[in-house]
Amino acid sequence: MGKKFLMKGNEALAEAAIRAGCRHFFGYPITPQTEVAAYMAKQMPKIGGTYLQAESEVAAINMVLGAAAAGARAMTSSSSPGISLKTEGISYIIGSDLPCVIVNVMRGGPGLGGIQPSQSDYWQATRALGHGDGHALVLAPSSIQEIVDLMGKAFDLAEEYRMPAMILADGMLGQMMEPVEFSKGEYQEHQKPWALTGHKNKRPPNIVNSLYLNPSELEQTILDRFDRYRLIEEKETMAESFLMEGAEYGVTAYGIAARVAKTAVLAAREEGIKVGLIRPITLWPFPKTEFAAFQELCGVLCVELSMGQMVEDVRLAVNGRCPVEFVGHTGGVVPTPDEVLGAIRKMAGVS
Amino acid sequence: MSVVFEKTKGLTDKETHYCPGCTHGIIHRLVGESLEELGILGDSIGVAPVGCAVMAYDYFNCDMVEAPHGRAPAVATGIKRVHPSCIVFTYQGDGDLAAIGTAETVHAATRGENITIIFVNNAIYGMTGGQMAPTTLPGQVTQTTPYGRDTAIAGYPIRVCEMLSTLDGVAFAERVAVHDVPHIKKAKAAIKKAFQTQIAKKGFSIVEVLSTCPTNWGLTPVEALSWLKDQMIPYYPLGNFLDRTGEAGE
Repeated sequence: MGKKFLMKGNEALAEAAIRAGCRHFFGYPITPQTEVAAYMAKQMPKIGGTYLQAESEVAAINMVLGAAAAGARAMTSSSSPGISLKTEGISYIIGSDLPCVIVNVMRGGPGLGGIQPSQSDYWQATRALGHGDGHALVLAPSSIQEIVDLMGKAFDLAEEYRMPAMILADGMLGQMMEPVEFSKGEYQEHQKPWALTGHKNKRPPNIVNSLYLNPSELEQTILDRFDRYRLIEEKETMAESFLMEGAEYGVTAYGIAARVAKTAVLAAREEGIKVGLIRPITLWPFPKTEFAAFQELCGVLCVELSMGQMVEDVRLAVNGRCPVEFVGHTGGVVPTPDEVLGAIRKMAGVS
Repeated sequence: MSVVFEKTKGLTDKETHYCPGCTHGIIHRLVGESLEELGILGDSIGVAPVGCAVMAYDYFNCDMVEAPHGRAPAVATGIKRVHPSCIVFTYQGDGDLAAIGTAETVHAATRGENITIIFVNNAIYGMTGGQMAPTTLPGQVTQTTPYGRDTAIAGYPIRVCEMLSTLDGVAFAERVAVHDVPHIKKAKAAIKKAFQTQIAKKGFSIVEVLSTCPTNWGLTPVEALSWLKDQMIPYYPLGNFLDRTGEAGE
């Protein structure tokens, strides 16, 4: 067992990124993720890294684009309204096949919304991180330990597949404290023969670009990218299965909502309701195969801190084989275990 | 036989897409020659803008990245922070630099980001077919100022070098023009000086180059050169606005 630290989610996230080899962080203050920037500002100068406060979220993501093009492990973090601003740059990063890590510590929206925890950016993260056909890897931790464990994975996957990876957290995970343990911090940066380093008169110039004026050429780059996406969907999905053996009913939730849902599932089991839980850890790729287990059940309940966004992916995965209900709150309101338990009872026909 | 002139190694052999009579070609050559003569081609990383020079990544013979519209100084910042020993430059037009990218430009300048910006001011949006730019002159007719730029509606042009010269992070700012040979020579000297400023780690350097757009100005190439001289230079006076290269550097 390694040493345990009691850390705030946002700070643990920043420390994990440093331990994963990130030496270039470009940020902009926004609640509830500002501690990430503050931690980076304190630590980066001590280890020869760069913390730079950008003039905007737009500039920050473009600094990440530049640093990633130059071959560095680069990262930015923000919260919902700031991520909307970053989507332009994320689209270019996707189109330029650059690896980087983007953190979204979600808060309530739309607009300026609120500053309390939310999961209402699921659609944005999995469907629309900017214009054009494209995806980012989306990893959704549900504890501070898992934030730490997924950070290195996010950088590794981003580099392996040359695409951005997003850690999709929320204001509660960012602000709460839990004991965490860091792995040894061993990481293997991928070779980047495409990176901009100056050609030193030894090779032809490297060009990082997302412009293809010839439609067939553009289509081909997208087809190639989608071949990679298919490979990722086959190889890289992650989900946790909890008490699914012998389950007649299923509950699903990701991130902090899964913590609430788990408590409710345990309480329902105490009452004799045969219910289990599937928690997707990768939201894109969505773990469809793992969700196939839901097809045999009598009912499924999806719990979210939104009006119901992931529930659409759950319905697609279940493919009409069993009813899928939704329970949730939005705007920064967090559902209680009792509310979720009530919804499980209702689904199971128990009064 | 001795070679009296040859194409710079700073440019590739790719045929450019620029319109006949456009002075982008001259400015590309001046940048390419400067990089070659300073011996920094192998260490240079360029950032192409969105606009007429969007495909500059195919023309400069160094590592290149194509940035989102206006974001070139932010992209250049990211690159420079990773490779401080590389020479990082952006090549941007007036819409890119002084409209959609104003924040990125001003903040890279005030940070004293040790990069070089080649700013091509032709008073119009060329790539999209001739709309008003932030540098379009009062009264100038464009597709989106069909009755001439009315300052009561569309405001005034931005004098970028004058504005940036107020910032402490800027080490070198000069406005030049490329409408005749003597001015082209001065432009070359300024571009070279800007790169030398970066090599000496003095901070942010910018060269604003007044350039022509015969196609969208609706003039012949020769008329366009005269228009630059007679109309643009009075509004955008040529000269050096700031030169801190003599001061102690890093």
